[in-house]
Amino acid sequence: MNRHRWRKLLGQAGIVFAVLVLLSPTLFFFFWMASLSLKNEVDNMAFPPVFIPHLPTLANYAKVLAENEFGRDTLNSIIVTFSATALALAIGVPAGYGVAKAKATGSATLILLARVTPALSFLIPLYLIFQKLDLLGTLIPLVITHLVLTVPIVVWIMIGFFEGLPPDLEEAALVDGATIWQAFLRVAMPLARPGITVATILAFIGSWNNFVFGIVLAGRTTRTLPVAVYNSMTFEQVSWGPLAASALIVTAPVLILTLVMQKQIVAGLTAGGVKGG
Amino acid sequence: MVVLAVIVLPWTFTLIMSLADWSPTGGTSWVGLANYRHLFTDPEFGWAVVRTFYFTAIGVIAPLALGLIAALCFHQRFPLRGAARTVFILPMMATPVAIALVWSMMFHPQLGVLNYLLTSIGLPPATWTYSETTVIPTLAMIETWQWTPLVMLILLGGLAALPGDPYEAARIDGANAWNCFRHITLPLLWPHIVVAAVLRTIDALKSFDIIYVITQGGPGTASETMNIYLYQQAFAYYHLGFASAVTLVFFVVIVAVTLVLLGLRQRSLAL
Repeated sequence: MNRHRWRKLLGQAGIVFAVLVLLSPTLFFFFWMASLSLKNEVDNMAFPPVFIPHLPTLANYAKVLAENEFGRDTLNSIIVTFSATALALAIGVPAGYGVAKAKATGSATLILLARVTPALSFLIPLYLIFQKLDLLGTLIPLVITHLVLTVPIVVWIMIGFFEGLPPDLEEAALVDGATIWQAFLRVAMPLARPGITVATILAFIGSWNNFVFGIVLAGRTTRTLPVAVYNSMTFEQVSWGPLAASALIVTAPVLILTLVMQKQIVAGLTAGGVKGG
Repeated sequence: MVVLAVIVLPWTFTLIMSLADWSPTGGTSWVGLANYRHLFTDPEFGWAVVRTFYFTAIGVIAPLALGLIAALCFHQRFPLRGAARTVFILPMMATPVAIALVWSMMFHPQLGVLNYLLTSIGLPPATWTYSETTVIPTLAMIETWQWTPLVMLILLGGLAALPGDPYEAARIDGANAWNCFRHITLPLLWPHIVVAAVLRTIDALKSFDIIYVITQGGPGTASETMNIYLYQQAFAYYHLGFASAVTLVFFVVIVAVTLVLLGLRQRSLAL
């Protein structure tokens, strides 16, 4: 009995050790990101590197936040991400419902096709259209292209959720004289609320993280945060502290969302195999 | 319908454009298949294809192997499992540009922390993204770090759905842990592994953000994958007609590779 317990304990220790090894690159990466952002320029340029800052400083953050363009870039990111997520829900939730109810496998394949298609290939035709319509100086092109990203995520997750719902309740509603639209709004929608939460989170993260649409379509006044960070990287290569601070600020909302909503995120990712980024 | 329009319209447009010499100033002339002829004779594109497959091979195999190990670990019960899993998936959720930025600072040949760590354990410093021979493996390493969690999650879902009976039977027959894994877990998990492999392949072929932010295809053109080549042609040189041809060829390559992998799944089911 005692030997059995020992073996079990040893097995547990082995697993914990393996997990620690697997986690170490991630832990070290985020530790280093934070460390760079909290050190002054002297410590950041020191060799051997300084791991724990001697005098942790928030000066890097202050510098990033004080930049007069930072507020506008943040606002751009917020507007684009919120619009793209909201519109994707408005389009994608009914579309997912339709596909699930019609058992239209063809549409599901199309959504898959959207995943296979490189984002850049949407950009060439859309870029020309936006140029023709003279929209390139506005946020509209960004919102529209982000929909290419967010709508498939929402539809894909909602198909899974609506297919999992028992059809009895809606059928009862239809027998009682409700229209299909009413059955969807009053019966299916409330039941699928957990699915909508998952879809919202993943669409939000996908849009917030997006870089490629922004780098092509955004001008100086319409750039989103990832583009702004990329630009500051090419212009002020030498200053690591503020760069790391801005990187952390950009990704902080996503990291916090992941920590808080990890259960829903894991459910959504495994259900659809849809990637967040 | 909307979804259909969003996907089909750009493709039709791209197909038409790929047959034209499209310049941003407005002069457009039909050139037929000249763009394609140019593409298939351009050695730079050929190398881009080779690099893409090199990058993808590492970026698929390494995450699959590590993801399988990780899934087997996370399938067991241990203290703080939930927290550990959350930390583990952070790389795939975090903003790619932010990640790329920090990695590029870590790769710095003189001041980077990675070379310090290497030399402090007695290894020679590495050239990371600064040499033509190491840039692709280095970028694939980041890809692996970023996307192993997705493989882990898919396989973890597969492990959770495995039936308990075969294991009971095997235990009664006296099978050891390795035999259980080799003859029960692996075959039953195979469909999930194929799904993970397909998704990983598609995403690795399309990888853009990390490569673009860290190297922009450099040094020279050493990390210019198909997607980077496409971006340069379209939005650095504005060869939009030619870039449309690149897009279509790129798309055909991705679909072909995906179909081959899915065929692998069919065959494995038939066996």
